[in-house]
Amino acid sequence: MTNLALVFPEIFLSLSIMFLLILGVFKKNSSKLIQNISLIILLVTSVITLNETLGIKETLLFNSSVVIDYLSSFMKIVTLLAAFLVLVISSNYLKNLKIFKIEYPILILSSVLGMMIMISSNDLIVFYMGLELQSLALYVLATFNRDQLKSSEAGLKYFVLSALSSGLLLYGCSLIYGFTGSTNFNIIANQLNSNEYAITFGIVFILVGLAFKISAVPFHMWAPDVYEGSPTSVTLFFTMVPKIAALTVFIRFLYVPFLNLIDQWQMILIFLSIASMLFGAIAAIGQTNLKRLIAYSSIGHVGYTLAGVATGSNDGIQSSVIYITIYILMNLGLFSCLLMMKRNNKYFEDIEDLSGLSKNHPLMSLSLLVILFSLAGIPPLAGFFAKFYIFKSVLEQSMYFLAIVGLLSTVVAAFYYLRIIKIMYFDKEKEKYDTDHSLWLKFSLMFSTLLILIYFIFPSQLIEVVSRINII
Amino acid sequence: MNFPILSSLILLPAVGALFLFFTRSNKENNITVKYVALFTSLVNFFLSIYLWILFDQSTSEFQFVEDRVWIKDLINYKVGIDGISILFIILTTFITPLCIISVNNSIKNRLIEFLIAILIMESFMIGVFCSLDLVVFYLFFEAGLIPMFLIIGIWGGTRRVYSAFKFFLFTLLGSVLMLIAIISIYWISGTTDVVQLYELGIDAKYQNLLWLAFFSSFAVKTPMWPVHTWLPDAHVEAPTAGSVLLAAILLKMAGYGFIRFSLGLFPIASEIFTPLIYTLSVVAIIFTSLIALMQEDMKKLIAYSSVAHMGFVTLGIFTIQQQGLEGSILQMISHGLVAAALFLCVGVVYDRMHSRLINTYGGIVSIIPKYSVLFMLFTLAALGLPGTSGFVGEFLILMGAFKENFLVAVIASLGVIIGAAYMLWLYKRVVFGKLVNSDLKQMVDLNKSELFILSCLAVPTLFFGFYPEPLINTIEVSISNLIKVYNFNLVSN
Repeated sequence: MTNLALVFPEIFLSLSIMFLLILGVFKKNSSKLIQNISLIILLVTSVITLNETLGIKETLLFNSSVVIDYLSSFMKIVTLLAAFLVLVISSNYLKNLKIFKIEYPILILSSVLGMMIMISSNDLIVFYMGLELQSLALYVLATFNRDQLKSSEAGLKYFVLSALSSGLLLYGCSLIYGFTGSTNFNIIANQLNSNEYAITFGIVFILVGLAFKISAVPFHMWAPDVYEGSPTSVTLFFTMVPKIAALTVFIRFLYVPFLNLIDQWQMILIFLSIASMLFGAIAAIGQTNLKRLIAYSSIGHVGYTLAGVATGSNDGIQSSVIYITIYILMNLGLFSCLLMMKRNNKYFEDIEDLSGLSKNHPLMSLSLLVILFSLAGIPPLAGFFAKFYIFKSVLEQSMYFLAIVGLLSTVVAAFYYLRIIKIMYFDKEKEKYDTDHSLWLKFSLMFSTLLILIYFIFPSQLIEVVSRINII
Repeated sequence: MNFPILSSLILLPAVGALFLFFTRSNKENNITVKYVALFTSLVNFFLSIYLWILFDQSTSEFQFVEDRVWIKDLINYKVGIDGISILFIILTTFITPLCIISVNNSIKNRLIEFLIAILIMESFMIGVFCSLDLVVFYLFFEAGLIPMFLIIGIWGGTRRVYSAFKFFLFTLLGSVLMLIAIISIYWISGTTDVVQLYELGIDAKYQNLLWLAFFSSFAVKTPMWPVHTWLPDAHVEAPTAGSVLLAAILLKMAGYGFIRFSLGLFPIASEIFTPLIYTLSVVAIIFTSLIALMQEDMKKLIAYSSVAHMGFVTLGIFTIQQQGLEGSILQMISHGLVAAALFLCVGVVYDRMHSRLINTYGGIVSIIPKYSVLFMLFTLAALGLPGTSGFVGEFLILMGAFKENFLVAVIASLGVIIGAAYMLWLYKRVVFGKLVNSDLKQMVDLNKSELFILSCLAVPTLFFGFYPEPLINTIEVSISNLIKVYNFNLVSN
């Protein structure tokens, strides 16, 4: 008898989505209500996940196609909380753009559901199902500001390219199925015959698809355009939440069935990682639009995360998880600032619009300063520790080249973060921005800044939480 | 010791900064704010003097050690001092209050932020000098970039953006390699605790690369030729207090790092790379002295002279002789006092005339006599006149160098002569000569606070010039132990 309690969070979430859809149809002007209910649902789901699944040891469900373990529970909770924060700080933005509709929270919920399925998947089919569910919701979210040409363009671009990558991914799945006779990760691991080159091809195709979803170089082309075109709150969602799920799948897909083929995929991951770190750092230098810049910076950060995955060790996985957690925190603060750059209900997103911010809004610019230095990885801020753990695990495997390239690219990346700081602190001030931000927006900025700032006092806590992740 | 005196030293300025952060800034409370900052830094200064009194000079063991778990199973927050580090801590706590007093005229806007930056900087610098864990050291070492970047960038001169970026990126580039080395040491030796590493030693086959990685960071920070180019820019553009901090303390971090880590952890590699250091030091001494000779800008001249002086320091460190090492430390302390004073002297005339160009001035001796006297004193100290602290350091360094390598010592001695030339020529052009520029007649002599600051710096400069005993007593045992351990490790490998 399958223990349904373990998938109760997913069941609860899907039932809630259906309920919200019906509610939205029958109740007029219910967008605010649905927004609030969605927030509660996200919180309740994370509490259920925490209660039901966090403590248990690895369990396989439904013919071992779904796995519940510490990694999945932890990543689900991070996803849910991140989605909660995104949703809660985006309502004012949506209202100002007059796109505060019932679909927005529901789409976010469904993509979160897709991600939860991805995170728990132990089977190529289940994984693909989750992936498509989240992607479909994301396409719509990208076009959410449909009267804007750029938003529609972003959605369309994302859809076409994403469909292509899904095709490649499916082709990889079919190759693996053909040569091992199963789609289940555990069975694949047992059936593996490392002499079959077709399996390597399968892995490569799947990695291409995954790299696309996580926007690693050279499959990153969609990211800057989509990030720029989508409404800012959706961009926030893009940079934070799908990356968690994609990273989990990366880890599980590489480490459960194909750990023995590490020689085959390690090089690919190292390449993805180095290319992303370098490209993200160099390409961001010339950007003038903040959202585009964040897109390139997120490409760079994905590179660091993948460096941890490339190590092939438990330490590496843990450091990647720590990295993505801290990265999400920093991004949250960054976007809170972006959402505060508003004057007369018009939002600004060029770097130049930050000019002289420190004179008009000292607190906001100080927070942004902390976040940017943290993104650049300067101690004693949280971003430094994230990088420190990554490079610690990378050097454990004696991958010196990766470490040196990675750290040198942080110097290049520091340049564009410094440029923003320069514009904020050294340049002439412009007009003031509005200060009537919602309480949640202020809270999330304060929250992320403070955590980044004081992380160095309690660095052990996060490690202890993450150190229970045990895949190998 | 139950009372965590070192942690208090580190934390106190940060707490003061936090207090200032919650103070509303307006024109009226500028004085109060300054007094708060001054009070914090003075308390810190007296605390460090108290530390010196408690300090036991007869042992080379680390004292006042605090060891707390910081990241479980990975890094301990470990601080402690020996004879080498305590002087730098006192130098830091001594210079910082003077910096705070000196902000009177030069800083017009955002005074509170400036004071916060200086106090935070002090915290980090003290942290650098007393951390006994490589990661903790790196943390403080790098963290100092943030306040310094802001000090140069916000309150600096016309080319401040360029200089701030250059300073930040140069130093960061050097330091990331050190981070790789630190993590590698963790995997090679299983710990980053300096005391344990001293005992364990590091496998000879890794030492060369690790030494180079540390070197890349320290060489940029020292700065050694040819990576010194950030220093003149940073000095010229930084506000006076920033230049003082930079010259007096920031540069000493690298010299300290060379002694503590390069010599202490990698004796074999240090022995191998000594010729490299000698070459770079000698080039720095001669080359940058010649450059200094040709400078039009006073601050730039002093900045280049700093590079030359630090060349003596690195030369002295790698003689690995009792005299050479003691001389290096004394030279660093002395340079901390003298360079700080010289930058303040430039600041004094800059505040009045808004020009740092040498040819603006000339013949000011009769207009501002007090200033001229003090400026004279520091000029002479910078060129190492006997009776000033500059002499003791240079003399000991050259003595150590003559024992090790005659040629190097001879060339370095030539540097002393060029040093005298550019300093005296600077003084001559600024203070003596005909009074050409009639605007100079409006200049007023030192006001009370300026006189106070410069006298504060003059007293130890003269005192330790005549009687360096207290300093030498403090460092002697630690240095001789360092050399003993160094030679022992060299032989045993």
